[in-house]
Amino acid sequence: MVVSSISRKKPSLYNALAKSQNPKFLVFACSDSRVSPSHILNFQPGEAFEIRNIANMVPLFDKTQHSGAGAAMEYPITKLNVENILVIGHSRCGGIKALMSIEDDAAPNKSVFIENWVKIGTSAKNKIKEEFKDLSFEEQCTHCEKEAVNVTLGNLLSYPFVRERVEKGKLALRGAHYDFVDGTFELWELDVKTTPAFAFS
Amino acid sequence: MATDAYEAAIKGLKDLLSKKTDIGNVAAEKIKELTQELKELDSSNSDAVERIKSGFTHFKTQKYLKDSARFNDLAKGQSPKFLVFACSDSRVCPSHILNFQPGEAFVVRNIANMVPPFDQKRHSGVGAAVEYAVVHLKVENIVVIGHSCCGGIKGLMSIEDDAAPTQSDFIENWVKIGASARNKIKEEHQDLDYDEQCNKCEKEAVNVSLGNLLSYPFVRAAVVKNTLAIRGAHYNFVKGTFDLWELDFKTTPAYAFS
Repeated sequence: MVVSSISRKKPSLYNALAKSQNPKFLVFACSDSRVSPSHILNFQPGEAFEIRNIANMVPLFDKTQHSGAGAAMEYPITKLNVENILVIGHSRCGGIKALMSIEDDAAPNKSVFIENWVKIGTSAKNKIKEEFKDLSFEEQCTHCEKEAVNVTLGNLLSYPFVRERVEKGKLALRGAHYDFVDGTFELWELDVKTTPAFAFS
Repeated sequence: MATDAYEAAIKGLKDLLSKKTDIGNVAAEKIKELTQELKELDSSNSDAVERIKSGFTHFKTQKYLKDSARFNDLAKGQSPKFLVFACSDSRVCPSHILNFQPGEAFVVRNIANMVPPFDQKRHSGVGAAVEYAVVHLKVENIVVIGHSCCGGIKGLMSIEDDAAPTQSDFIENWVKIGASARNKIKEEHQDLDYDEQCNKCEKEAVNVSLGNLLSYPFVRAAVVKNTLAIRGAHYNFVKGTFDLWELDFKTTPAYAFS
């Protein structure tokens, strides 16, 4: 089976990529079949290193439990020197819905894996349930889809190789939310810096 | 709002300068530094933001608005037929190489497209994705796609001694999921050079992942019922080829001893 005509139409691009990759973006997106970054942001081969999992989550630094997420970040950041991390949440996310459906964090799980994984976003769920008690479940889920992206952006900073580069201004962290019901895309930045010090004497 | 804050800051500075004329040079230096900083920040950040904006605009005008029937349906729900494991490598997106359209494939991407064995503590990420796709979305096909020049497989093949301390925080521990593939290749293909061994390992590691899929009870149950097919694949972007093979899993009729 031979790859389609795209590679025949752009031989110089594919020849260059065969030797090495030099993507500028590390993208976290949900595994959902409707939110491929190659479609929604028109990324071409070579542009974006992509990690896709349930609800586009990044867990806190943990060598014992989450080597998959850690490895998927360590490689592009330390070996490929990507300059931008983009975490994209989306509308009607089944993973976020599962998170929001967890009534009692201490109750036994109904699933084998799903709840344990989406609980990475628990602080987002708690924040939304508290601040938006008056909204419908669906509206709360929408807010949680965005807040969970913020939790993930925060978790990214628990990785030393991310922190170092963000502090030096070599790596930018951004969150986003793709709404395929409305056809919109929101983008925001995580601003991390130290202010000049007060000197007490 | 931003201009109000800026205007107030400029006014404050002007007031200060009118009262303390000796700090004029200091102020000028600091303003030059700040201007340069803002310029640099602006150019590198705005490239990325521009790229994201133009990418979404292209999608919205060329795909989303032109195919509103499909996107209206998809807004209600998804029913992909495929669960695809692909490497995070920027050159091997399944949407490109297999032309998957929105709604067709539930995609998991990680280093070296690995499926670890069932482990609720250490590998809940992959477990959750497999569980959601197989149990809730009821996909009919799982495809694990390996590829040429895979950095993860190269990392695996470079591990000389499994017991030695790792050189990375995470990478080696993760790619060691494929250790049995590496051992097999190093034993059976001692005569081949390193690059050729890596190429064989890229395919053998896919087979390890296919085997690991069967350690998930919900996968096994669906395979036994014939509602789920499992396939491996290898995309070679140097040659422009795509190999596809199946995992055949069945029980033979029983012998009856009496």
